[in-house]
Amino acid sequence: MKLYCLSGHPTLPCNVLKFKSTTIMLDCGLDMTSTLNFLPLPLVQSPRLSNLPSWSLKDGNAFLDKELKECSGHVFVDSVPEFCLPETELIDLSTVDVILISNYHCMMALPYITEHTGFTGTVYATEPTLQIGRLLMEELVNFIERVPKAQSASFWKNKDVQRLLPSPLKDAVEVSTWRRCYSMQEVNSALSKIQLVGYSQKIELFGAVQVTPLSSGYALGSSNWVIQSHYEKVSYVSGSSLLTTHPQPMDQASLKNSDVLILTGLTQIPTANPDGMVGEFCSNLALTVRNGGNVLVPCYPSGVIYDLLECLYQYIDSAGLSNVPFYFISPVANSSLEFSQIFAEWLCHNKQTKVYLPEPPFPHAELIQTNKLKHYPSIHGDFSNDFRQPCVVFTGHPSLRFGDVVHFLELWGKSSLNTVIFTEPDFSYLEALAPYQPLAMKCIYCPIDTRLNFIQVSNLLKEVQPLHVVCPEQYTQPPPTQSHRMDLMIDCQPPAMSYHRAEVLALPFKRRYEKIEIMPELADSLVPIEIKPGISLATVSAVLHTKDNKHVLQPPPRPTQPTSGKKRKRVSDDIPDCKVLKPLLSGSIPVEQFVQTLEKHGFSDIKVEDTAKGHIVLLQEAETLIQIEEDSTHIICDSDEMLRVRLRDLVLKFLQKF
Amino acid sequence: MDPECSRLLPALCAVLADPRQLVTDDTCLEKLLDWFKTVTEAESSLLLLEENPCLVDLLSHALKFQDVSSRILSFSLRLAGIFAAQENCFQYLQQGELLLGLFGEAGPLGFPAWNVPSVRSGWIQGLCSLAQHPSAEQFLIECGAMDTIFSLQGDSSLFVASAASQLLVQVLGLSLQGRATLQLGLPDGDWPSCAQSIVGYLEESLRSEATPQVTQALKVLTTMFGRCHQPWTEALWMRLSPLVVCLLEKDPVPTAHSLVDLFLSMARSPVFGSSDCDLWVTLAQTLSRLSPMQAGPLALGILKLHVCPQALRTQAFDVLLLPLACVLEAAAQPPGFRSCVYPPGLLDGTGSSLAMADALLASTSSCAGLLCQSLAHLGELQPLPHGPRLWPQAPLLKATVTTLCFCSGSAVPVSSVGGRLCRILAGCVRVQRAALDFLGTLSQGTGPQESVMQVFAILLEYLRSPESSPTVLKKAFQATLRWLLSTSKVCGSNDPGCHTQPFLRELFPVMQKRLCNPCWEVRDSALEFLTHLTAHWEGQPGFRQALLASDMPELAQQLLQDPEAYVRASAVAAMGQLASQGLHATPTGPEHPGAQQKSLLQELLHILSTDSEGFPRRAVMQVFTRWLQDGHTAMAEDLEQFMARVFQVVSRDLDWEVRVQGLELARVFLAQTLGPPDCPYAVALPAAAPPIPPIEVLRTLGRVQLLEFAFRALFDCDRPVAQKSCDLLLLLRARTAPDSGLQGAGGGPDTATVEAALRAWQAGEQGQPLGELVPEVVVAVLRALDLEGLQATLAQSSDHVEQSPRSLLQDMLATVGALGGHEADCY
Repeated sequence: MKLYCLSGHPTLPCNVLKFKSTTIMLDCGLDMTSTLNFLPLPLVQSPRLSNLPSWSLKDGNAFLDKELKECSGHVFVDSVPEFCLPETELIDLSTVDVILISNYHCMMALPYITEHTGFTGTVYATEPTLQIGRLLMEELVNFIERVPKAQSASFWKNKDVQRLLPSPLKDAVEVSTWRRCYSMQEVNSALSKIQLVGYSQKIELFGAVQVTPLSSGYALGSSNWVIQSHYEKVSYVSGSSLLTTHPQPMDQASLKNSDVLILTGLTQIPTANPDGMVGEFCSNLALTVRNGGNVLVPCYPSGVIYDLLECLYQYIDSAGLSNVPFYFISPVANSSLEFSQIFAEWLCHNKQTKVYLPEPPFPHAELIQTNKLKHYPSIHGDFSNDFRQPCVVFTGHPSLRFGDVVHFLELWGKSSLNTVIFTEPDFSYLEALAPYQPLAMKCIYCPIDTRLNFIQVSNLLKEVQPLHVVCPEQYTQPPPTQSHRMDLMIDCQPPAMSYHRAEVLALPFKRRYEKIEIMPELADSLVPIEIKPGISLATVSAVLHTKDNKHVLQPPPRPTQPTSGKKRKRVSDDIPDCKVLKPLLSGSIPVEQFVQTLEKHGFSDIKVEDTAKGHIVLLQEAETLIQIEEDSTHIICDSDEMLRVRLRDLVLKFLQKF
Repeated sequence: MDPECSRLLPALCAVLADPRQLVTDDTCLEKLLDWFKTVTEAESSLLLLEENPCLVDLLSHALKFQDVSSRILSFSLRLAGIFAAQENCFQYLQQGELLLGLFGEAGPLGFPAWNVPSVRSGWIQGLCSLAQHPSAEQFLIECGAMDTIFSLQGDSSLFVASAASQLLVQVLGLSLQGRATLQLGLPDGDWPSCAQSIVGYLEESLRSEATPQVTQALKVLTTMFGRCHQPWTEALWMRLSPLVVCLLEKDPVPTAHSLVDLFLSMARSPVFGSSDCDLWVTLAQTLSRLSPMQAGPLALGILKLHVCPQALRTQAFDVLLLPLACVLEAAAQPPGFRSCVYPPGLLDGTGSSLAMADALLASTSSCAGLLCQSLAHLGELQPLPHGPRLWPQAPLLKATVTTLCFCSGSAVPVSSVGGRLCRILAGCVRVQRAALDFLGTLSQGTGPQESVMQVFAILLEYLRSPESSPTVLKKAFQATLRWLLSTSKVCGSNDPGCHTQPFLRELFPVMQKRLCNPCWEVRDSALEFLTHLTAHWEGQPGFRQALLASDMPELAQQLLQDPEAYVRASAVAAMGQLASQGLHATPTGPEHPGAQQKSLLQELLHILSTDSEGFPRRAVMQVFTRWLQDGHTAMAEDLEQFMARVFQVVSRDLDWEVRVQGLELARVFLAQTLGPPDCPYAVALPAAAPPIPPIEVLRTLGRVQLLEFAFRALFDCDRPVAQKSCDLLLLLRARTAPDSGLQGAGGGPDTATVEAALRAWQAGEQGQPLGELVPEVVVAVLRALDLEGLQATLAQSSDHVEQSPRSLLQDMLATVGALGGHEADCY
């Protein structure tokens, strides 16, 4: 059993598991942090961004002039932003049989995999994952396509050139594999390969293994996966949460008794507790608006925003914010808000019950009805007519490189009355803000990550007790910025196996058993002999028939009467020989008693040595050695057949025959 | 005994003895017993029994008929004990062999009802009351009760077992009363047989391998030494101490808690405290034998003793300091170097730091438990006058701050022990709360400048961190307040001290954020903190400047509309405090159109009249009262009209506490209107305004509707309101009636309407109008009302009528009689 690790990002995993005869891809996350190296794509012509000075090499060579621009001491690529794909060379991705998606954030690389690698398999995901994943992709494509950029920089990627660039460009990994965003056509084609599944539904893969999605509690439709055969169980935990937010709670019980548990997608901010962060978010928002400033919240169009809107719904009256407009701007804002209300079966119990009242599960419906929350596909159009300040704007993209957020940063960045509050933990806020410097706007970092923290992981592992844990290497040591926080790493016994990008991991357990069915007529012919109370054995002679990973023992074909015996039989016609079999032996040899027996039979000078697998009995006088192991016994003596037979018979006395 | 009760008694005894008549209410029987106890304390039990033979009949009935209910059986046993507590009565009951029947082996012990715990408990309590005189001791041995008492020590019912243990103590005390220590101390000492059997039992229990038995014996001894301080207790200890000390040698020490209780109970007894007995040695030995967690309560107990050798005190103090010393050590130790040398001052000896470090690091719960215990115990010691002589203030400050750093994850330990400690303590709310509490306590002492800076830094970190849970935050606010006040005292003035001014500058933005927190507990604690801070520093320019430069007054005012009632109440208190010193937000001008603000006074009045919860309304009344007392300018403008409005609203309030507060406001207003009372010793102030004539006072009170409010409150269904109103009217009568010159004018005023209204109100008809309250009518009504009588009635508890023994007996008869009536109906 092997695990091919195609992504180094712990929360945007992409792993391929080879298990029995299947090849299963677990998630295909897209690392978008690469876009931080690019200049933002402004929706409205920005004189500041278009007039940034070019950056050139120290030797004065100016061939990079067009590609690299400098802003406040940082160098950015002036080109269409590009993403860092999962590793494509480590394994032939056309051999992947299925892709299991655990949540909508972890499927953003799907079009690259399904459309460009020869992939012919099936993708499994829940309905909300598909629908919201589609929204995220649609938004991404929209953000990038609506600001066409003629230029696509490539000189800087040259290895010899890259070496000469300043950090962080110099240290960017695998830049040659970075790709531009996919098109809507590719998205549609990729998503058409998804087959929808429900929680706890069992899906057979070629008869070899069964995969089952389980609720993971992190997002609408988010799942963990159990991959099991008759005797082995691998659990894949990705992006799970134990907090009571909007999704269905996490199903922990079904993860029990796993041989291997692959653990990814823990919280990216282990020191920040989401409750505290929500508090911080609300208070900063209130203080800014009270002072006449605007609040900008860069966010994804789905997920935490639902919970934030719910908190604000309860909070705005107490904080005297009832008259402040809240704007949600995204090409998919409308669909996202509406979708959230229709996936009742995927919601937590509390919200599910509201559907029968009948009330919308999320209170943002009421915010929209009362005109407190307004949503727009973009800043163009209706929004510019309705826009009123001070206000709170939720918009994408959290990387601050594309989307409407770019415009608001340009608009509000110069005033210290305004505040940008970062709630998405995926991007370093300082790096995200780098091309906007110098910035007068206040910046507040309130990352809200509801995924498991290390205490919860430790309790989870105690609860489900997997034999082995496999996780990204980042989880096996404290975060580099807080190297003394030994509590911020996975602590389990045996220690977790870690992986990094482009590593192939042999998972530390061997398959030992395979289930074989026996045909009724064959079973009928067996005559078991009881060798121990409760244990009966029988010898079986049969033909093993294997098809579609199912193994069946069938009765051997009757030996055909030798007709004209002279005709040479073709080898392929050979039927198995049903020879008279030697009796089979069972039992174990108690060494002490065996030695006593040897002594009784006249052997002296006996020495017993313990070995790793059993014992060696040395008959020094006879220059003979009896090696007793769990499943074999060897008598080694020099050409004294009589002695060997005597000893053999003594050994056999201790064993049962049938 | 009251003759009426005596008359009712036979009927009651008959009812009690009748198995068909079920007394369903246990509390009646308890009250009855209490009453008999009071009666027998006042008069002779013998006489009582002779005069009321029905009582003896009742007791013997319980014996004769085994089908008597377990309640009545238990009651009879306890009643017999109460009577037999007097020796002559005991003899009287013994003549009829009644006591032997009740408490002997042939009695209830063999009844099926013995399985009911209340019967066993009644048996023990009966004996407990009875065991008061030498005859009783003899009786206990003769009737064979001792073995039963021993076996009841391990009774399945905890109440029975505990009562049996008390009984053993009582009997042992009775048996050894007045014995000379010397005589008992001899090897073949002359122990009375009863005591001998009890001590034998205790010895056997202490030798037992079974922990529950050892615990029982230790409990008996603990109670014995705690209750009885006679010299012979020392002889008892001499005899049993070898067995007890043996327990300390076992590993682990069994029943450590009970041992600690025993030693502390002994140490508090003058018998052991003053003598040369080896108790102090045993205590020292125990401190070192017990695990750190077990030793904590003992150490605290020792340090709280008034008399104790200094060496032991030091040892005990070290036990409490050790966990904190370990924290300091873990934070400071360089890698690969394990030292037993503690930072100077906290521990100078070489304590068993390894064992402590192990205990600390064993698990989160043990670590948190030990640190919390240590911090709580030390916190209890700090204010004690006879606390440890050398209180290591500076190292304790450092250790507490370090603990808080570990808990918040901000400590950067270099050692592996520190790393493990960090892992265990990070985010541990329990330890955070305990450490902040203790840090607050430490504010009573001083500390080096550097430590104080560290204290403020860590407090600010906790106040600022979004990770602080609401309870931790509350503790952090409390600790901050204590430190701010203590440092300002040290600086000599009441003004924020030298290093608190910069702290305040950083604190206020944090507080602003806290006032906007979505969690109501946080908003509430922040408001409380603001109120306290303002109360202490409101007059100080430094503070005023910092506060006015912040948005806090405005934010606090905003919270008057908070959805949570507690927060509204706290906001009312805070605004009241701020406004009384002119620190509240000034009403915003035209730059905020549409938000034309009402004045604070109007806003508070609005809360008083419309808020659905009681807390904010109570808070408003408190603020108004305070403002009136302080002569706040906001009230001065049109005081009468304002008061009239308040009394009108308050008199209709559904919350009695608000009405009481209203009467308090009325009292202050009355006192201010009346002016200072005439006091023969008062120095006449030269510029004192001439007193207002009573007639004017009464007119004013009528105008502000105070009188109507007070009269209405006089018949309030809630006693405290009526009491307060009664006091108020008495004051008014005393100050206006004698010299008002209003009586007798024009043949007496027509008080009929007013009196009719008052009568109607008393009868519960609140709708009746009061009529015109002209001063003459008020004076006449005040005279006519029996205010003293009303005051006396109200002073008695509301159930005083129902609590009299007669009514108890009547009630019991009536209840049972009523039950019988129903039965008859059924047929």
